[in-house]
Parts: sequence; structure tokens; C-alpha cells
Amino acid sequence: MSDLLIRGADVLGEGTAHVLVVDGRIAAVGAAAAADAPSGVERLDADGLTLLPGFVDLHTHLREPGREDAETIASGSRAAAVGGYTAVLAMANTSPVTDTAEAAERILDLGRAAGLVDVVPIGAVTKGLEGHELAELGLMHRSRARVSVFSDDGHCVADGRVMRRALEYVRAFGGVVSQHSQDPALAGPQACCHEGELSGRLGLPGWPPVAEASIIARDAMLARHTRSRVHVAHVSTAEGLDVVRWAKAQGIAMTAEVAPHHLALGTELLSGYDPVYKVNPPLRPTEDQEALRAGLADGSIDAVATDHAPHARHDKEHAFVDAAFGMLGLETAFSVVHDLMVRTGRMSMADLARVMSTGPAAVAGLTGHGRPIAAGEPATLVLVDPTAPVTVDRATSQSLSRNTPWHGARLTGAVHTTILRGAVTAREGEPTAC
Amino acid sequence: MRHLLSSADLTRDDVRMLLATAAEMHEVQHRDVKKLPTLRGRTIINLFFEDSTRTRSSFEIAGKWMSADTINITGKGSSTSKGESLRDTVMTIDAMSVDCVVIRHMASGSAHQVSQWVDASVVNAGDGTHEHPTQALLDAYTMEQRLGSLEGRRVAIVGDLTHSRVFRSNAITLRTLGAHVTLVAPPTLMPSGITAWAAADGLELTDDLDAVLASGPDAVMMLRVQRERMSGGFFPTPREYTVGFGLTRERLRALTAANPEAVICHPGPMNRGLEISADAADAAQSLVLDQVSAGVAVRMAVLYHLLAGEEVAA
Repeated sequence: MSDLLIRGADVLGEGTAHVLVVDGRIAAVGAAAAADAPSGVERLDADGLTLLPGFVDLHTHLREPGREDAETIASGSRAAAVGGYTAVLAMANTSPVTDTAEAAERILDLGRAAGLVDVVPIGAVTKGLEGHELAELGLMHRSRARVSVFSDDGHCVADGRVMRRALEYVRAFGGVVSQHSQDPALAGPQACCHEGELSGRLGLPGWPPVAEASIIARDAMLARHTRSRVHVAHVSTAEGLDVVRWAKAQGIAMTAEVAPHHLALGTELLSGYDPVYKVNPPLRPTEDQEALRAGLADGSIDAVATDHAPHARHDKEHAFVDAAFGMLGLETAFSVVHDLMVRTGRMSMADLARVMSTGPAAVAGLTGHGRPIAAGEPATLVLVDPTAPVTVDRATSQSLSRNTPWHGARLTGAVHTTILRGAVTAREGEPTAC
Repeated sequence: MRHLLSSADLTRDDVRMLLATAAEMHEVQHRDVKKLPTLRGRTIINLFFEDSTRTRSSFEIAGKWMSADTINITGKGSSTSKGESLRDTVMTIDAMSVDCVVIRHMASGSAHQVSQWVDASVVNAGDGTHEHPTQALLDAYTMEQRLGSLEGRRVAIVGDLTHSRVFRSNAITLRTLGAHVTLVAPPTLMPSGITAWAAADGLELTDDLDAVLASGPDAVMMLRVQRERMSGGFFPTPREYTVGFGLTRERLRALTAANPEAVICHPGPMNRGLEISADAADAAQSLVLDQVSAGVAVRMAVLYHLLAGEEVAA
């Protein structure tokens, strides 16, 4: 780990300042940082760049083990570092499922071997994601992986009794259940398009907003009843957000995340039946997008989470209803959120740091991420260029997959440099090593 | 025309042209030797991933009567049943230099997707619950044969609208030809967002079949109730469905009393006794067999315009 002097960055809360990094920690911020810098220290000219705490993704699919053709922990780590992330939480729906301490530790170890971001395993709520029996929640938490976030993502924990028990169980160690809120009786197994006029015209199975809102409402009541914490994964509808707001107003320990694609992309994109736009929950109409943007700006939504879901080409080249759900997100999240929310004046850069770093770190209980940029804190940081134009090119993705909906999109705001505990992990679109 | 994927792709002039050509083709059916040289040397693949008798036969006969080489490929289940993607499946076929792929698939949008992957012309022969444009053309052709121009005519489409590709294409084509369209279904079988959709497209909505019949429509199109829907919670029992939405003997009388010239259509196969009574199915007003006959002529017209264009006279 080399020491580093970041010169002249726009530091959140400090204005233009220098930041000296020594032994993985911030040694000084401000004019003194330059004065204190040892001779020969690596200098990073950050004129025009903004320094933020490194991003944390609460919702990443890394596909390893089981589908290493689509993504590995190493390739996903490269994509995350390039995207400005310093920690990603790896969803449990791998094959085999991450539902044991051993499985969680293996993911932790593979992440450490990759060495570019902290890969934090999410444990399954139920064995095999089947929704019936609790997975070994306590053992996963007591393992070296210290699992604190549990999710059957891809599936909803639809059985209220099972969800209640999960919430009761994780409360003992401060865990949180991240719920894929989708009542399977209301949004059937083939549901793949927001239920509305377009799904009716296209003949695609509809996914009604009430299937999301009703589960969020039930889980809010269960969280209150159990005095436990529940997190709403990828909230996608205004109705769902209404329930989140209500729950928070009641003092219920509910947090929520939104995916960049639900903020920026609308249902109408499905009219061409291109499976790159097939996600679960589906893209929603403009009214929902607007509600989510407002919810993110006003703090009702705690985090932006990518739901990065890489897929091999052949898994997307089916008829729309048969194609795999999901799209890439790690490398484009900052640019999309910045372009949509900050450049347009809906959020400040401090707000962006809240929803992409400090907020998600708090949800996951990651004490080494999302920290203030101050002396003594870990040097886990990201430098971004708010004015840089970005043209997304899927060919240059670090992911092993290419299913990005942003190919060809022109955005404003680029990740410049990512720093994990003092080590540069990515610079101008390239990971430093892996 | 490069492909026929959706009824919405056809302008009024396109429809008129196709129906005029179909009328010429219909003459061929009455000849002793039903063969035209029009598509000699052309190869048409009927790629049917979903069971079908009348549509597949109709396309096959249409191709053969125009001297095309027609090959039928049927596949149970989805294209993924053997692990192959739909794209790989159709690109394999396209690599054999076929001229036209007629595709039926259980997935909505599949014909649209296939058209982006192959060089051949693509005809949508029914994609999931999306569209069935040649059915709409043959229905319009059949109705016009009996009623004359559909401009200003009133057509009621009755039944399981949610799951009906026939309805979707028919609503579009009938409106293109200037007909007034009334949709009749229980609320559970109305498609999502139909209120806005109907308002935008000039369709009327109701769940009162008796009132519609009493108003004397020119045509009533009954949709098949698919057996798997009967236990899906869309309606309580078949008996209740028939009472509310079946074209019973009594309703046939009411229709005839209100408009003696009214005709009855059904895309088949019919569930006699459920959505349509035997009296209605076999009535003089019923065009069910005319629809089947017209199907070949219409598909000949479509294949002609896709594959021969103006180069070869019929």
C-alpha cells in the first residue's frame, strides 16, 4: 500500500482541499495535508474532481459459484472498482445458494483474492431460496464472513410466517432482511411487464404494482411486530414508496433501495421486446419513475443499489417471456444517477454520497465504508469528474456479460479513481490489477 | 412489405391491397387445378412451436398452391426445451437460405424478435397473447364478402380478450377499415389498461352482451374460451360464463331480431355449449367455415406480397 496525496479535489464539506493518505487511512485534510506529505509520495492531481466516500452496492449479482460464464467474483470486482465501488454485497442466488457459513466464507475469500472491493456475502433467508425453511442465519453471521444482510432475492419470502421468523431471528444480532417484494400470487411466475396499457397491448404477462406494495405493507407490519429491521430491495413503484414512507413515519425500521434503471428507464422500452430491458421488478411508467426520483431526493429512499445482473448472451436471446431477468449496473450507476439527479439539480453531490455510499453502508452495517472524509478515517474513497462526458460502450465493460441497457447512451459524470483503504483499485475506467 | 408482424403495421391501403389480392386468390380455390407458378423456387418454413391445425395447414396449402416449397417444423414446448436459444434456432433455419419464416410461438413478441435476427421475411402466425394478423385479415375478408364494406359497420368482439391474439389484431384491422368495434367481456378477462387503450383507439367497452346484441350489430365475433382459463379464477364456472357471455340460442334470436343481416364469426376451434351454442355455430348467419376457406386465400395474398411483390403476376 503506497501513500498518496490527492491534490486540489473538491472534498465534500471542505471545498477544494488536499487529502493525504498514509497507511490506508486519511492522515490530513486541507492545506496541512500537502505540507505534511512526505517527499516522494504519489501525487494525484484532482483539479476539477470531486472526492466522495467510496460507493457501496447493496445489491450485486456476481454469479459465482455456478455461472462463471456470466460473471465471476473477480470480473464483478473489476466492474465494481471501475464504477467507483469499494464494497458490494453479493446476492445469495448463486448455484449453490449462499445459505451456509461455508458458502459465505468462500465468497468472502474469493472477494479478498480479487482484492479490488470488499465483497460482502448476503446470506439466503431460506434454504435453497425455496421460501420454506430458514437457512442457517446465525451460523452465517458467526462465520468469518459476518453475514448481516439476508435475502432470497429473485424470490419473495412470500410466507408471512417464515418472514416473521426470519425477522425475529436476525434481530438477535442486528441483521436485516432484504426483501424482494413481489407477491407471487399477484404477479405470476411469468410476469415480466408492468401491468398496464402496454402489457395489455403487447400481450405480456403483467406485474401489478399492488404485488409490490402489499408485500412491503405486510413486511412493515411484521417489522413492527418483531421490532426488527427490514430492507426493501429495488422498490419500483409509487405505491410501494408510499408504504415505505408510511412505515418510516410510524417509526418502523424499514429502509429501501432503488435501482438506477427504475429511476431512468420507462416501461415503453419494452415495446420492441428487447430482453435487455427485462428486469424484475419491471421497468415502470413515468409516474413511478418521477415518484422514485422524488423519494430518492427527499431521503425516503435510503440507497441506490444496482441490481447488477450479468447474463450470458444466450440467456437473453430467447423470446421475451423466456429470457433471463436483469441488466448490468455497476459500471454505469454513478453516471446515470449523476446525470439524472445531480446534473439536473434534483440532488446535490452530498445527496449522491448519501444514497450511494453512507446510506447503503449504514443499511449493511459496514463500518469501514461510507465514512466522513476526515483525518483518521479509512481512505476508502472515489474521485469523480462531474463534467466528463461518458458514452457507454458495452464492449469495454469489465463484466463478463454485455447486457447493459445503456450501450450508446451519452451521460455526464464519470468515475475517475477508486481507492480502497489507500490502494488505487481503478483509474479512468481500468482496474489497477486483478 | 418485408414482414407481417402486427396488424398495426398495415395501413388502410395495405389492407385493401391484401384483401383485393385475396379475392383473386380465392378464385384459384375453385379451379380444378389449384396451382399457380407464382412462388416457384421459393422456400417457406412453417415454424410452429405451438400446436395448430388450421393455421399451419392454411399456410402450407397457400404456399403449395403458389408452387413454393413449404416445410413444416413443429416443436413441443419452447425453443429452450433442448437448451437452444430462440435466436440460435431461427438463425440455423435462416442459414439454409429460406425465403420466408412463418412462425407461431407461445411467447408474445417472438415474431418481432425473429424478424431482427433473420434475413428471410417473417410472418407472424400467432405470438402468444399478442397478435395474429392473418387471422384478422381473413376475418375482415370474410365479413366483407357477406356485408360489403366494413366502413361504419358495427362489430362486437366477445369473450376472453385478455388472452386473445385474435382480438388484438382484429380490433386494429377493423378500426383500420373504419368499423366501429365494441369489446364485450367480464372484467377479469379485459386486458390490462384497456380503458386507456380503448379510448386511444376508439373502441367501446362493456360487459353487457345482451345490450350489445339488442343494438343490432352487423357482426358478432365470439372468442374461444381456452380450457386452461376455466380454472384460473377468471370466471367462477363454465355455466356462469355461458349465462353471461355465451352466444346462446336465445341470444341468437335476439341478435337476429335486432339485425336480420348480422353475421357470426369464430376463429375456432369452437367450444360448443360454452362460448357459442350449436344453434349459433351452425346458423345461416355463421361464417365459421367461410373464415377457414378465406384463410388460405388471405395467406396466399400475404405470401404473394411478401415474396413475389409486383414481379410476378398471380
